[in-house]
Amino acid sequence: MTYDSDLLIVGGGLNGPVLALAAAQAGFSATVIDAQKVGVLSSDNFDGRAYALALASQRMLDALGLWDGLARNAQPMLDIKVTDGRAGEGPSPFFLHFDHNEIEEGPMGFMVEDRYLRRALLAGMEASSAITHLPGETVTAQETGPAQASVTLASGQVLTGRLLIGCDGRQSGTAQRAGIGRTGWDYGQTALVCAIAHEKPHHGVAHQFFMPPGPLAILPLTGNRSSIVWSETHEQARRINALSEGDYLAVLRPRFGDFLGEISLAGERFTYPLNLTLAQSFTGERLALVGDAAHGMHPIAGQGLNAGFRDIAALTEVLADAARRGEDIGSPLVLPRYAEWRRFDTATLAAATDTFNRLFSNDNPLLRMGRDLGMGLVNAVPGLRRGFMREAAGLNGDLPRLMQGKPV
Amino acid sequence: MNTAVNTVDPGEISKFEAMAAEWWDPNGKFKPLHMLNPCRLDYITQQIAGEFGRDLSQPKPFTGLRLLDIGCGGGLLCEPMARLGATVVGADAAERNIPVAQLHAEQQGLEIDYRHVTAEAMVNQGEQFDIVLNMEVVEHVADPLAYLTACQRLLRPGGLQICSTINRNPKSFAMAIVGAEYVMRWLPKGTHEWSKFITPHELFELLKKSGMNPVDRKGFVFNPITWKWSISDRDLSVNYVTASVKPA
Repeated sequence: MTYDSDLLIVGGGLNGPVLALAAAQAGFSATVIDAQKVGVLSSDNFDGRAYALALASQRMLDALGLWDGLARNAQPMLDIKVTDGRAGEGPSPFFLHFDHNEIEEGPMGFMVEDRYLRRALLAGMEASSAITHLPGETVTAQETGPAQASVTLASGQVLTGRLLIGCDGRQSGTAQRAGIGRTGWDYGQTALVCAIAHEKPHHGVAHQFFMPPGPLAILPLTGNRSSIVWSETHEQARRINALSEGDYLAVLRPRFGDFLGEISLAGERFTYPLNLTLAQSFTGERLALVGDAAHGMHPIAGQGLNAGFRDIAALTEVLADAARRGEDIGSPLVLPRYAEWRRFDTATLAAATDTFNRLFSNDNPLLRMGRDLGMGLVNAVPGLRRGFMREAAGLNGDLPRLMQGKPV
Repeated sequence: MNTAVNTVDPGEISKFEAMAAEWWDPNGKFKPLHMLNPCRLDYITQQIAGEFGRDLSQPKPFTGLRLLDIGCGGGLLCEPMARLGATVVGADAAERNIPVAQLHAEQQGLEIDYRHVTAEAMVNQGEQFDIVLNMEVVEHVADPLAYLTACQRLLRPGGLQICSTINRNPKSFAMAIVGAEYVMRWLPKGTHEWSKFITPHELFELLKKSGMNPVDRKGFVFNPITWKWSISDRDLSVNYVTASVKPA
């Protein structure tokens, strides 16, 4: 039987291209169906979006040959400081301090701007003879059967493959067309995202402030710039985002403090309503879901993209092992191995992130005291702190080969 | 079907015939076999790659190798071997398995030659193979030495035989018969007769007597906590597998 590609990947954001590159390394061919036109992807301007890559994700990009091109523009995160505070007040006396010198592996992670990551992925796809990138194309219909999967594109083209993979986000059309339902809930909060330039150097330190309306993260970018992620109620966020630049900064300043000196905006502003969405199944007939299409998480700990990379590493490993022993990679014997591998991790992370956020987005004095003590305790016990750090760096759990920096 | 020397016990064939239809359902009657299969395939592919100098990371690494799977059932081993490029003959003494396996291979776009035939009959037909897979069959035959001798004669000089079976000791009785057939209901009651089980030492002796040179043995171990099978160098107490080579 012949197929257009082994893998038909729907979605050209970040996960789709990374999956295609990982699959190509494992010896598969892949077609990436990408709704965006190529001009949008390769844009050179900094739009304010950046990602906190956990160490394991960075190792994976390295194993895929992409890191050399990214390293120059990546900011290592050397320390993470977690503080509980209220706007206008100093931080509470208890805080968490994660110093990368306590784990052997090096920095906790890296901040990489969207524009550099996308360009590296595009270049990687172009350089691979096993990958077909179809920009400006959408899927209008899909069909899966015992022997093959096929999709019909808006252009009328029909493509066949062994396996169809949805990397198409929280509202995954691939999942919908397959009749896979979703569960989840709204957090009643919206994330505000922007990049700022500041007077003083950040020394590679990432900060996370937990405040009653929601957390605020300051993540170091290259130079005297940082990426800011904070959350407010939907209504409050809408009002803040509509403010002029000067007024926006005036709202941000007291939350931010003055430890980095004068601040100004260094890119566009974005808002993302926060909700948790889980697909009821991560696999279907000749179908697998990856990233937000499987599990859209609260981005509080920056774990959304990293969880997607972990999906990719696990799925590619399952498929590569299956192919090397002669199994049919799209069969109902193989795909559940991916679902089982990821289900536990995902449920744990989603629950932990959710609890973390509910606990910290509360002004109840008892809760506040409890968490202050808790943070002091975590800070005082090095073993516990190392555990948190390894979790944040993505080094815990049953780690796929790619995330150990090894080939698939 | 060839009616010459036939070592298959007719009572055993009917037991498996009753089980033949659900071969490919991952959650059906053959779920335990599907759970074990990745382990079996890992062992088989690594042994073949080692013996014939093939690289498993390359596409169709077994191209040019002629392989026979005895007791092929629904094709759980034949299909992966065909996908890896081998020229595959699947033989089964149960007639009902043949059309089931054939149909599935066609759906998958795989070319596999399934035959309702015994090992002994194929010897008489003068068939020759590079590899004979002899998995979970020897504990069901009436005369193991006669059967293994037939397998040996089906191999070209330098050919490889993979033979797996179940050990005979109190643990294997508990696991394979009480556990798998009565407690877990993985297999129909009466699938196995414990007295027919063979110890690794006995199997090595039988293989040598049949004219083979045994080169490796490993255990397949089930972990009831993780619910997964793995290959073990030391634990051959229940399920185990051997590799043997026909002298050139």
